[in-house]
Parts: sequence; structure tokens; C-alpha cells
Amino acid sequence: MRFPVSRPCLAVSAALSLGGLVLAALTGARSDALTPREQALHVLNRLAFGPRPGDVDRVAKMGAAAWVEQQLHPERIDDGALEARLSGPGSQYPTLAMSNAQIIARFEVPLLEARKKIKAERAATNARGDETAAPGGEAEPTEAAEAEVAKARELIPPDQRPKRLLDELTSARILRAAESERQLNEVMVDFWMNHFNVYANKGQDRFAMVSFERDTIRPHIWGRFEDLLQATAKSPAMLFYLDNARSVADEQHRGTFPAAIRNNPNAPKGLNENYARELMELHTLGVDGGYTQKDVTELARILTGWSIGRPQGGEGARKATNRGGRGFGRRAMMQEPESPGEFVFRARAHDEGTKTLLGISFPPSGIAEGERAIAMLAHHPATAHHIAYQLCQRLVADEPPAPLVDRVAKRFLANGGDLRDTVRAIVTSPEFFDPQYYRAKIKSPFEYVVSALRAVGGATDGRAIARQIAEMGEPLYLCQPPTGYSDTADAWVSSGALLARLNFALALAQGRLPGTQADAGILRLAGSASVTGRGVDSAAHWLIGTDISEETLSTITKRAAEPGSESVEPSSLVAALLLGSPEFQRQ
Amino acid sequence: MTPFDRRLFLKSSGLSLIAGGLLPNVFVRMAQASPLSGAAANKSSRVLVAIFQRGAVDGLNMLVPYGEKVYYDARPSIAVPRPGAGATDRSAVNLDGFFGLHPSLAPLLPYFQDRSAAFVHAVGSPDTTRSHFDAQDFMESGTPGIKSTPDGFLARALQTARSAPENAKPSPLRAVTMTPGMPRILSGSGAIAMTTLSGFGIRAGQASEPLTQSFESMYEGAVAGTLQATAQESFEAVDLVRSTNPAGIAPGNGAAYPRGPLGNALRQIAQLIKADVGLEVAFTDVGGWDTHAAEGGGNGQLANRLRDFAQAITAFAKDLGSRMGDVTLVTMSEFGRTVKENGNRGTDHGHANVMLLLGGGVAGGRVYGKWPGLDASHLYENRDLAVTTDFRDVFAEVLSKRMGVTALDRVFPGYDCAPGKRLGLIA
Repeated sequence: MRFPVSRPCLAVSAALSLGGLVLAALTGARSDALTPREQALHVLNRLAFGPRPGDVDRVAKMGAAAWVEQQLHPERIDDGALEARLSGPGSQYPTLAMSNAQIIARFEVPLLEARKKIKAERAATNARGDETAAPGGEAEPTEAAEAEVAKARELIPPDQRPKRLLDELTSARILRAAESERQLNEVMVDFWMNHFNVYANKGQDRFAMVSFERDTIRPHIWGRFEDLLQATAKSPAMLFYLDNARSVADEQHRGTFPAAIRNNPNAPKGLNENYARELMELHTLGVDGGYTQKDVTELARILTGWSIGRPQGGEGARKATNRGGRGFGRRAMMQEPESPGEFVFRARAHDEGTKTLLGISFPPSGIAEGERAIAMLAHHPATAHHIAYQLCQRLVADEPPAPLVDRVAKRFLANGGDLRDTVRAIVTSPEFFDPQYYRAKIKSPFEYVVSALRAVGGATDGRAIARQIAEMGEPLYLCQPPTGYSDTADAWVSSGALLARLNFALALAQGRLPGTQADAGILRLAGSASVTGRGVDSAAHWLIGTDISEETLSTITKRAAEPGSESVEPSSLVAALLLGSPEFQRQ
Repeated sequence: MTPFDRRLFLKSSGLSLIAGGLLPNVFVRMAQASPLSGAAANKSSRVLVAIFQRGAVDGLNMLVPYGEKVYYDARPSIAVPRPGAGATDRSAVNLDGFFGLHPSLAPLLPYFQDRSAAFVHAVGSPDTTRSHFDAQDFMESGTPGIKSTPDGFLARALQTARSAPENAKPSPLRAVTMTPGMPRILSGSGAIAMTTLSGFGIRAGQASEPLTQSFESMYEGAVAGTLQATAQESFEAVDLVRSTNPAGIAPGNGAAYPRGPLGNALRQIAQLIKADVGLEVAFTDVGGWDTHAAEGGGNGQLANRLRDFAQAITAFAKDLGSRMGDVTLVTMSEFGRTVKENGNRGTDHGHANVMLLLGGGVAGGRVYGKWPGLDASHLYENRDLAVTTDFRDVFAEVLSKRMGVTALDRVFPGYDCAPGKRLGLIA
């Protein structure tokens, strides 16, 4: 995976400045205010995953401001039908409701046991037994170990393999984005999951991701930022992803480990500063937030001992063969029983010295040190600015107006990091409805695909949709670098990704995506509108909620008048071209 | 076909033929044997292939300074054993009595021996950031420390070359990145981004052609900007891919690419080169180098990544055969990793790193760059390998000597690319 780039290219900036006048004429960048209907489309594009047919008129009628206020309180919006379908009895997505312990018992332990069985078989048939480890041991997948894992996987029925967890999670995320009435909630889930990015295919994270979204992110996104941050810091998913689970105090700052640890070459021996760095660079202060390499190391020391309970917990740990280095520390490091796969603070691994973070002294006080450091970072002015900037970039413009960012940052500091109030400050600001930002952002692949699905009243099981989003460069839960995906157009507009969007529009409208159907009535209505040019225009209004350019209008009218080939039904054609149109790439 | 500057290209290839007499470079020999003159020369143009190892590869385990005792002291569990000190497939492969290749990179040894591959050690960016994101950004913009640079340095290299008079209409596939999105390094270039050649186009059976036309005309009329420009470039490129069908070209010389993203990317770049679509700059990236834990030494995690890396690159060279004489492949990574291993038998973010150069023009068989040493007194901030060569000097040499770029001050604004600073990497 790549680290997304986040700056507009020169050609774009040049084109924008040269073509300013044309742009103004075509995108609606102008001095007069947005009409009620435009405001409705704007909030549905930015604070929801696009309008369904009829939504724009409905929201315009009630008023965009009233709709926004409703969406700011998702807990007051009934979403029972969708929730029942996802996690009620008989759900097709049973893993969504499982605890970490259940997931580990059902998905990880069988894998560990199958692996053990293979090892035993191999030892029996191979007199040589295990290969001797080279200097440094062999804790991580060698080719042989990878083959072993692959073989172990085959011993397990497909519906009990870890991949099922990610499949269900991805499908549920897509279904919620497409069908939930709590649209702004889903937009903010997308934002915060990306802000606190975790790559779901990194080892243990395959088992931790369900809980991460359900228990760590979702319950906290309308509360205080500090609580969200503390939750992520104690989430097994983050602890594993950014290696803090394996970070232990350097020898000079802790007591002597028991012999079982000391003699194991695979046991953690000292600091790992990966999480400490990203906690400041990405989650809070921002890269220019004024911290130094020394602060990174000190924060890593503060966070030593923050780890994850072993898969077989306290009792199983006695007999479990511990290969170490899997993020759980050593069983001898455990001073009391641990809940499998849950957060644990291991005092023995914690750095006993005094630390200094951003000029503040942190005398040794166990887990409280880390909590205090995180609280301090959460309320830091640099954090306020960083979070304000990112929220404004997501909700307003790729390059958000500086006065707005400053105001929102001040509000964040004043309200103690209240996220509902901070989001409200943005979406009720004059800048949010400024015509220059109307339809000024390009949809991300996730936004594009889901908005298309909503436009055609689509029903899906999520699978094919997940593949489409991945093909456009944004596989959900699978962004490898901790930066998360970019929120700016230049990261998403490339030749390959654009062609993937057009092909998706065709496949969706033609019903070629497995497990996914557009509403036939909606397609028919859109198709019948093609009899006259006027008709396509109103079909556009109805289907994608927006005006279309002369060029788009005449192209679609022309193509619809001469279908040219039997492979595209006329009723699909208009929808396909509208969903693939340049207008529909914008929000 | 639009090489950076054809006259310069012909002239300098003449020079490299002379140099070839001095340097037994296999690609120069191959180039001599291949029809590089007359009409056939028009079919051939020089290509720069850049590979970014995202995540900061551990250069000290890629190209092992096995002559340094400190290296072994600092890495008790993840050092690569000295040549001959351990099992052959787990020990360093000697290059020059001081440096050795990671055993997974052994497939590159023949290229080093015949002087078509070179390394630069202790190379990197002068900027001190240890943020992946910033360091990649600075390396790709070519302006370390300056975040406001709007475009990538390879994009500027292409632009400066475009001013050459005979480059009237550049090929739509002049610059290609085998990545889902546009990387920073090519941002502003109008490069084509794709992940598969075979899927590059509108797929609607018999209706593909009329629908392609429809989409094309809708986007022609779209608001000027990134979307419209990208669409126009895409449809031109789609047309060229359809007419030349590079995806139909099988790997040559029995080359076997490893499965995986890098092998796929390089296989398709080779197809574009062989299809003569006018490719001049190709880019791809490969991740998985951020080895904070359980990095491994002669085997293990990093060893597996490096094996794939070496197999993909050597398959590419084998596939292209004599055509490799036109191609210069360069690898880079945002920064190196700590000299000392951390508490998890991994390494944290460091400073200087290593680059590989392979192919046409490379004065190989050497490890370039001043080695600063690993003694505490020579380390950067007491922990990392110090940078003694700026990565821009490496690219300045490749771009000027191989690709005919003269306006290096525009490619690397504010940086002194004086010829006197060249390492002599390119013959």
C-alpha cells in the first residue's frame, strides 16, 4: 500500500487559476447564496453519502439547517430496521456482535491449534525437527512458517477463517453508509476510522478490528476527543498495529525480568517508539506540533506496559506454547490473569523512571502516567488546530479556509474537545454554505460508490461493492500506513481510478455486480426520461440531484437516441452515463 | 517516441559505446549488439524506472557493512552474519570486502559483478524528519524541508525535457505509474496511473467503443481541472494501449516474475517498454519495510520482503534483455533505520539509507558514497547512519546523463547540482 499524497498538482492549480472564470460559471462559485435546494444537496453530499431519489426535495422542504441538527443527534434517529438486520437474531453478520474473547476462541484459537498440529506432525515425520534459528530467532513468518499458516488455514472450515471477520465488517460498513438514517454518524465513523487508521491485515489486528470499530470508535465520536483518544490508546487494535503492545522499558529503567523472559530471545527487550510518534504526529499535535525526537522517546517510555491480554488468557497461558513476539509480551510478564485480546497494563514492563514530555515532568505512576500524557495531548492547542484542520478538510474543502480552521480550533479548546459541538461549529458556519465550496470536493471511492448505490435505490450484500471500492484505491480497513487515506482530490483522481469509476457505473446500472441490484423502477424512470433532452435533465435532477452541463446533457441524449448495441439496455444507459458523469464525481 | 532529447540521447549513447570499451557492462554490450542505429533507433528510447520502498527499508541490512564490528554489537539478534559466518543462504554475500548483500538480494550479484548494478550507501535526504509521510513527501517533491512545493521532481524533469524542440506531441504514455493513485513524485506530470494494463479501458462488451466515446465527450465538456485533464489523458492512453496491446507481450528470456504487486508492476512496465509506446518515466512503489518488530536477520520478515524485491527486479532485467541497455532502474526509500535494534528485535526510524541503480549507463560493480562509519561519534543524533550523499545528487546524475535533462535547477530548485558533486555513477 502507498502513503497517500495530499497536495494538489501544479497542473491543477494552474488550471484552476487560469480557468477561474469558467470554473465560477460552471460549478456555481459565485457571490449569491445557495438556494434551499442547493443547500439540501450540499448537506446530503457532505454530511451524508449522497441523496437517494427524492431526498433533495425532502431536505429542501424541511430546511437544510433542521436536517443538520437532526443528524447531529444520531441517537435520536431510529435505525432499528438496519441494526436488526446487521446484528439482530438470524443476522448474516454474526461476528459483528462477538466479543474479543469470542472472536479469539472462534477464529484464532483454531488457527493456533491447527498450526500446533502441523508442527507436531512435522516433528514426528522429520527427525530433524524444527530448524535451528539463525541469530535473531525466527519469530516472524519465514516462507516455511507462512506455508505452515496457509496449511493450518486449510484445516479450518471457510466460515471460521479470519477473513470472514473482515468480510462481514466491510459489508456492514457499506450497508450502514448506504442505508442508515444516521448518515452524518456514518460520515464521522469514516472520518475517525481513517484518523485512527489501523491496517486490518496486520497479524492480530484481524481479530481486533470488529471491536475497534464497534467499541472504540463508534461510541465515542460524539463525545469528548479525549475519551476517544484514550479509547484508541487502550484498544488492542491500535496497540498491536503501532507496536506499543510489544514496547517494554529499557533494562536500566525497570526491574529484572524473570528468567523465562530473559532467556527467551523472542521476548521484547526494550522500547518501541512507533505508536508514541504517530500518537503525536497523526492523532494529536500534527507533524508541525512542536515535539522532538526526545519527546517521542519519552512518550514511548510513558506508554510502556500498555499491551494486550494473551489469546488463552490467564489459565490457558500456563500450557500455551509461547512463540513470543506476537504482541502479547511474555506470559511470565503477567502478574495476574488477563482477558484474552483485551487491554492490559503490565506494571512489570513499565518504565520506572521519571520522564519529561513537552517540558512537563512525569514522575513514575504506572498507567496513570500514560492517561495523563494522553489527556495533555488531547487538549493541546496544536491538537485543536490539527483536528480542526482535518475536519474542515473533510467537510468543507481540500484546502479549508484558514479563518474557519482557527475559529473551529478555538471552539474545540473552549468546549473541552466536545466533538458534537466542534462538528456543529463547522457545518453551521457561513463558510460551509459558501458557494465557492459547493460541489468543490471530489468524492472518495467509498463516497462515490455508496452515493451511486443510493442514487439508484440499490440493494447489496456489500461484497461486490467492497471489491469496487478497493479497485478504485480505497480498500476499507486496509490502508497500510498509519496516515490513513487522503481526504483530497488529487489522491483519488488518476487515470486508473477514473476508469474504474466509469466501469463501476456501467456494471451497477447493468446489474452486473453480484449480490447487488439497482431498483428497476428507478432505472426505468431514468431511462424513459431520455425521449427528450429536457427529460434527461430532469432525470439528472431526480437521480443525482444536480444540474448537468450542456455537454453531459447532449451526450446522454444522443447516446440514448441511438443505443447502438444490444449489450446495454436503454433503461440502464441513462443511469450509467449519469453515474459516470463528471458532475457525479463531485460533492 | 519522445526521448527527453533525441539528439542528446544519440550523442550520449555514442559516448556510452566508447565507455563500453572500458567498462564491461553487460547492458552496454547488449546495446551494441542491438539495432540502436538507423531506423530502428527511433523505436528505442531511454526509460527511467523508479521504485519507492515505502515505509523506510533497513538499508543496513540490505547492504550490510559487515566490516564494521559496531554493526554486530548494535544488532545482537538481527544482524546479517558476515560472509561465510553462517549458513550460505543466511549470510551476507560479499561485494567488496567491506559491504555484503543481504542473502535475499543474491540474485543481484551477477549484475554487480558484470558492472551493471551499483549501490549508493549513506544516501538520503538532509531533512531531519522521522515521519514517513513528511520524509516521503520531501523525497518525492525533491525539495526537502519545503512542504509547499506543488509538484513532484520527476514531473518537473519531464516538463523541462518537454521544452526540447522535437518533442512536439508527447506520447500519452510518456510517464506511467503502476499505482492506484498519482504519487507525489509525478504529481503535475499528467502521468497515467494504472494497476493493470488489461483492465485499462471501458469494459462493456460490444458497447465498449460507443460508451468510451460518450464518456470521453462528457469529460471533454467538464469543468477545467484535475478531473477533466485526467479524463482526457486517460482516454488518449486507453486508445494507445488498445492499439499496441502491451498486455499481450509475454516475458522474454524465460524471465519469471514473482507473484505480488512489485512483480506485477515491473512485468507491466516491461510490457510497455517492449510495446514501444513512448514510455520515458515509469514509477512504482512497494511497501512492507517498516520493520519495528521481529525484523529478522539473514532470514525472517525483512528477508522475505527483500527476496521478492530482488526477484522482481532481476526478472525485469532478464525480461528486457538487450533493451535493458535503454533502461535505468533506481530504487529509493524515505529514510533508513536505527543502527541499534530496538526492544522488539526490530528497528525504529533512522536517517541515511541505500539506493540501487541497475541498467543502461550505470557504472556498476561499486558501492558509491562516502561511508561515515557506525561509531557513536559518526552517527547522526547519536543513533542513525549519517547522510553523506544527498539523494538529489544521484537523481541529478541519472537525469542529466541518461535522460538529457539540462535544467536541473528547475528539477531541484534551490539545490546546487554542480557536476563537480557527481559520484560518477553513470558512465
